[in-house]
Amino acid sequence: MTMSEGDLAVTEIRFVRGTTLAAQPAPMAMTGAIGWLRTNLLSSWFNIVLTILIALLLAWAIPELVKFLLIDAVWTGTDRDACREIVQHREIGACWPFVWERWSYFVYGSYPIPERWRVDVFFAMLAVGVFWMLWLEAPRRSLGAIYFFIVLPICSFILLTGWRAIGLEPVDTSLWGGILVTIVVASVGIVLSLPLGILLALGRRSHMPAVRLFSVIFIEFVRGVPLVTVLFMASVMLPLFVPEEYSPDKLVRALVGIALFASAYMAEVVRAGLQAIPKGQFEGAMAVGLGYWQMMRLIILPQALKITIPNIVNTYIGLFKDTTLVFIVGIFDFLRTVEVSRIDPKWATPVTSTTGYAVAAIFYLIFCYAMSRYARAMEARLSQGDRR
Amino acid sequence: MPIDLPTGSPPARVAFYNDPKIRSIAYQVTLCAVVGFLVFAAVRNAVDNLERAHIASGFGFWNNTAGFDISQTLIQFDSATSSYGRAFWVGLLNTLLVAGLGIVFATILGFIIGIARLSKNWLVAKTAAGYVETIRNIPLLLQLLFWYNAVLKALPAIRESIVIPGGIYLNNRGLFLPLPIFKSGFGFVVAALAVGVIGAIAFYVWARKRQEQTGQQAPIFSAALALVIGLPLVVLALAGFPLGFEYPQAGRFNINGGIEVLPEFAALLFGLTIYTAAFIAEVVRAGIAAVSRGQTEAAYSLGLTAGPTLRLIVVPQAMRVIIPPLTSQYLNLTKNSSLAVAIGYPDLVQVFTGTVLNNTGQAVEVVAITMAVYLAISLTTSLLMNVYNSRIALVER
Repeated sequence: MTMSEGDLAVTEIRFVRGTTLAAQPAPMAMTGAIGWLRTNLLSSWFNIVLTILIALLLAWAIPELVKFLLIDAVWTGTDRDACREIVQHREIGACWPFVWERWSYFVYGSYPIPERWRVDVFFAMLAVGVFWMLWLEAPRRSLGAIYFFIVLPICSFILLTGWRAIGLEPVDTSLWGGILVTIVVASVGIVLSLPLGILLALGRRSHMPAVRLFSVIFIEFVRGVPLVTVLFMASVMLPLFVPEEYSPDKLVRALVGIALFASAYMAEVVRAGLQAIPKGQFEGAMAVGLGYWQMMRLIILPQALKITIPNIVNTYIGLFKDTTLVFIVGIFDFLRTVEVSRIDPKWATPVTSTTGYAVAAIFYLIFCYAMSRYARAMEARLSQGDRR
Repeated sequence: MPIDLPTGSPPARVAFYNDPKIRSIAYQVTLCAVVGFLVFAAVRNAVDNLERAHIASGFGFWNNTAGFDISQTLIQFDSATSSYGRAFWVGLLNTLLVAGLGIVFATILGFIIGIARLSKNWLVAKTAAGYVETIRNIPLLLQLLFWYNAVLKALPAIRESIVIPGGIYLNNRGLFLPLPIFKSGFGFVVAALAVGVIGAIAFYVWARKRQEQTGQQAPIFSAALALVIGLPLVVLALAGFPLGFEYPQAGRFNINGGIEVLPEFAALLFGLTIYTAAFIAEVVRAGIAAVSRGQTEAAYSLGLTAGPTLRLIVVPQAMRVIIPPLTSQYLNLTKNSSLAVAIGYPDLVQVFTGTVLNNTGQAVEVVAITMAVYLAISLTTSLLMNVYNSRIALVER
């Protein structure tokens, strides 16, 4: 085409819209439920196949689970006949009467029945302490810390083991069991592992070679072996290492094992937090004339612990799950009471085991999930300052 | 520290107990003294207590006859003649077997779920997230007990075995598989496999070289597949299928022949795989999320398609983040395999810290040996990890 530029400008343009068009809605297929389906579930052939497969899997698994736990479940009864297919002539799901009957055993173990109110008081006191510590806007939180780390352990010890002088019958720890033991083991681990872990972490970053060496050996040794062997060591070797008359009882041995194990893991978590603190903070603290412990207490640890809170809670979740391992050294924790109950001939049915494990799974799931939600909320809260 | 003091006044001297050097030495001497005293007291008490209980000490028991049976032995073990030392090796091999297989399966499952969590498919991502949240929050021991007692032990008895086509029996005594028997001539197939593997490696090297020089790509994957799988299959057919199977024979009370997979082993492998896969999935997800979107976008703008972008850009960078925590998950799996003791799978802890400890009563030696084994595995792995890490670490200027 041979045409000058002027021609084009004048003659070729025949229509120019003078107003802006109103925006049209996006096509039906791209918005709303259909659009969501197209982009999220059916974007390609591979995705369509995946969606169908997963939907089939869920359509099979979820109704089965609901059927077992609720629809086919037995809700009332006095013994195993209520939960047997041969007797009831119908499909049988979970056997809940077994759980109702055994529930007090699951919670208290063999703790003497007239003394069980003491366990309830302990649970209530613990709940108060936990809420006080976890609720960040709670009043007088420093008092809460004293309550949680000093008052609560002493009171609980007196309450649970008993003290004749104030009229509490002594209860041997071999009678403790169930959720009580799980909570005691977890709380002792939680309360002891943090200070021990901080000390070990500081030791590992110390300038004194002997201190550093001991910390490194302890941390690496404990982290390198399974908890089962640590518990075995605590239960069979600890009694050898102390004079016979001071030989600790079974529960204390397990507590020592758990606390040492957890503190080694906690030490590494705290160390990661310490490493994240810039050198200037240390130098600044020293420049204003603070000593080592003042520097750590007032400047370094508050910052280091703050950024490690999510990891500390994650370590606690691991610790809570690991308390089940005391089962192996013969302590009646929650899981062990379930395990003992499920083979009770009075309730011997094909569904008893699954029912017992389902209860245990729900228990641990609720506790661990709550802790992980808390850790995530803390993480979001703490990162608010970094967000722009 | 050199500090300029005003001239005239003599340099201030701190009291010797405030001198950081002397303090640090004092602290360390005290620490050593306390630890030394504790160790000394522990050893003395241990010697006293052992003497009082008439328990021998030392490692003399190692060569004594064991006198018990082990349900799964990878090496020859005979209760009448084999020693405690032999039992140790049996237990260790069982631990390594379940840990090795567990690592392989957990890696596969974990990578699938980790990638699924990042899927654009809502249903897939949510299902994977649900899996991870549920499995991670239930103790492993509970899961093992569930698989063992509620699932595998609840299978029908031998007489009502579930028969799977191909001569496989499944019942509450385990899984019974046909045992392959290699007849004469199978050596050719093995040789063909070796040739195939070497050929595939050679082809890969050649193809890489050619691509670097000329830019032409070769179908490496299909060629390798043909060499490693196709070639042995062809040779197998040419040799007239020199491969037979010993099928398990179901009797009234027993199943003879074939390979027997113990329910304890299956439950442990299942539990470890499913549990560790949830953790590996999180590691993988975090690793892939750590590669910034700009990398993917830059790859697309260079003209790479989705496949090569993932293979050449995202995965190599993600692996740098994934590998260290992945290794610690492998170590966790190995250590967690000691939970075998709860369901009676004869691993190192069950055989050694369980049966041998009960038989000999030599707690100190037995627990020390067991711990030393796990410690050796852990420390070797961390050592290798450190070497690997320093090799792939980002070199920053």
